[in-house]
Amino acid sequence: MTAILETRGLTRTFGAVVAANDLNVSIGQGEIVGVIGSNGAGKTTFINMVTGYLPPSSGDILFDGQSVIGRQPREITRLGMARSFQVAQLFPKLTVLENALVSLVAAEGPRPSIFRPLDTPERRERADAIFAEFGVTRYRDALVSTVPQGARKLVDIAMALVSRPRMLLLDEPTSGVSSEEKFALMDTVIAVVRQHGVTVLFVEHDMEIVARYVTRLMAFYSGEIIADGPPRSVLGDARVQELVVGHHLDINAVLGAAA
Amino acid sequence: MSIRNFFTSRTEPALLLAAVVFAGGAWLMPAWLAFLLTLALAKALVVLGVVIQMRAGLVSFGQALFFCIGGYGVGLAAQYLGIGDAFALLALGTVAAILLALACGWLLTRYREIFYAMLTLALSMILYGVLVKSSALGSTDGFNVVPPSFLGWVPEGDARKRTMYLLTVLVAAVAAIGFHRFMISSLGRVTEAVRENEIRVDFLGISPQAVLFVNYVVAAGVSALGGGLTALASGHIDPDMAIWTTSGEFVFIAILGGTGHVAAPFIGAIVFSVIRTFAIQEAPHFWQMTLGVVLLALILFLPKGLWSLVARRSKKEAAA
Repeated sequence: MTAILETRGLTRTFGAVVAANDLNVSIGQGEIVGVIGSNGAGKTTFINMVTGYLPPSSGDILFDGQSVIGRQPREITRLGMARSFQVAQLFPKLTVLENALVSLVAAEGPRPSIFRPLDTPERRERADAIFAEFGVTRYRDALVSTVPQGARKLVDIAMALVSRPRMLLLDEPTSGVSSEEKFALMDTVIAVVRQHGVTVLFVEHDMEIVARYVTRLMAFYSGEIIADGPPRSVLGDARVQELVVGHHLDINAVLGAAA
Repeated sequence: MSIRNFFTSRTEPALLLAAVVFAGGAWLMPAWLAFLLTLALAKALVVLGVVIQMRAGLVSFGQALFFCIGGYGVGLAAQYLGIGDAFALLALGTVAAILLALACGWLLTRYREIFYAMLTLALSMILYGVLVKSSALGSTDGFNVVPPSFLGWVPEGDARKRTMYLLTVLVAAVAAIGFHRFMISSLGRVTEAVRENEIRVDFLGISPQAVLFVNYVVAAGVSALGGGLTALASGHIDPDMAIWTTSGEFVFIAILGGTGHVAAPFIGAIVFSVIRTFAIQEAPHFWQMTLGVVLLALILFLPKGLWSLVARRSKKEAAA
């Protein structure tokens, strides 16, 4: 399988703290990869480095064979790697529609027009199609600050997907979402990314979510990857259960609940 | 293209109608009122520059820099280059300000919040300091601006005041429609997104700094137009055009009018001029206090400015 994302000896330190230590990762096109780890394990640091938000102390990051070290987040987005955030990063005083229109404009090019209005019938039509795909049509004209958390997460992810990226990084997509909503949210997201053939890497704490949606799982601990493979083998690993999950995990029960 | 297709919304014909009413008043109102309104509309143009920066989440405490450059650009071109045409003078003053903004913008748009405000203030005070020390430019006294011609015609006395007023109404109308389009343009709306969440704009693939840079240069251009019109109307320029209290006045008017609509700076500037004129007439020693009380009342009762009264009414009508 051709690697879309590769990291070589990726390291990041904050003073004496090593947040990421010599990470060597290769993610193939079309994979749906989960990342688990306790707080401070280096998961978000990894995503932040890969998306250009945080410069690594050393090592290299290759996206589609091209080094992205030193590139700004916007440049990496333009290469085809988009991300969503642990806390949905939206424009709270704009409506859901306006949020989508801004992301549509951004997807058209790095220099928004000074002459063409933001709100055009063509962009509205595209925004409506996105809302229908993500099931958030009813919030279309509401201010983002008034929309429920689950819908906000969906809008956040929808905005990342507007540019038709080849890879999507999701930082805890179900955090802050009720347990009733989380599977519906992930079903929607995974259906859309599968439809568009997008490679996905997502950080998650919820083992049921991880077991249900990923084809491969990486477990982070103290800035290092301690296990990498199919969810059954990673979640069944005694070290992962001790250091990441924190308790014994009935793997059959988890996989059964997730199925 | 039909007239209906030419306008992007109901706002534009309304702005045009307001301009026609204002222009029509030129022959009905006394010359002093035409002069007062000329200065108010010129100020409103500078405030437009302040407002588009506020919509991007930045407050400029130094917009007087471009007001002054526009004014001095007009004055110097008339005096030393022998240019007499008002349109050419305004264009020169505006180009000078845009060139300066292109240089300063790269530095300023790297900063946010109080740092941006203080840097804009610092730049305007540097210009003030240079002008005060330049005896060739009249030092603190400044110098008089040669009366302009209008496409070859040189009016005298009250006719000049009325012609300047008409020119200002024309420039204000074009600027208002242009800025309405700017505010609803992709770039204009992305500036609001930058105010709301700069990181997200970056992750969507747009450089927030580049957006703010264009916004800054546009603001400089319109503010210089206001300065140029003020210089032509008053026939005099001096370093006080760049002093921080002048910038403060522009911020005051921006708060007074609000930032919600392109018409707000014009309403704010006219109301401000009326309040100040009457305050000076009725209580010449306390007029600043009168303005202070107005500002305090505004912040307490109309934090989104006078325009919020119009917006509230429109919302009620839409809901009814």
